[in-house]
Amino acid sequence: MSETAANARIEREITANPVMLYMKGTAMFPQCGFSARVVQILTHLGVKFATANVLEDADLRDGIKNFSQWPTIPQLYVKGEFVGGCDIITEMFQSGELETLLAEKGVEHTAQA
Amino acid sequence: MPMSATEIETLIRTALPDAHVSVEDLAGDGDHYAARIVSESFRGRSRIQQHQMVFSALGGRMGGALHALALQTSIPE
Repeated sequence: MSETAANARIEREITANPVMLYMKGTAMFPQCGFSARVVQILTHLGVKFATANVLEDADLRDGIKNFSQWPTIPQLYVKGEFVGGCDIITEMFQSGELETLLAEKGVEHTAQA
Repeated sequence: MPMSATEIETLIRTALPDAHVSVEDLAGDGDHYAARIVSESFRGRSRIQQHQMVFSALGGRMGGALHALALQTSIPE
């Protein structure tokens, strides 16, 4: 997969999935503590989310970093917009901003933070 | 080659001279760090932009030599 193909794939995924997480491993089996933490937060909030495993695809792993100008994984996208990596998501969760953002963007979630 | 906490602090202070920087070696292994950076230059910027300023201060090491650096940025109160 070329860089253009990686970009096209990312565009497609973040458009198709209101909450899209690029991570190491899967939601069921995260392979990195930072990815695991974001999965845990989204699960806690009762948000439906899709994931892509960058460890399965080197072009995607590089592609997502170029796409967002962000050098680390995980990366969370809500309604096509890059929200942040593990540190920002954790801070936003703790302050309640993440729930506010999800509500503003019209993303359904079941749990109260 | 892992980086020392001092090297991380120096790089950040060079790029953001007003910044208060504290770097903690989380596991004592020279590999897992948490950095808190307080700088006036973050004002008016989103968290993503604030972190990107720090990434740029680290000169491309983030995600490479620095694979486990937790960041917290804020503006002086």
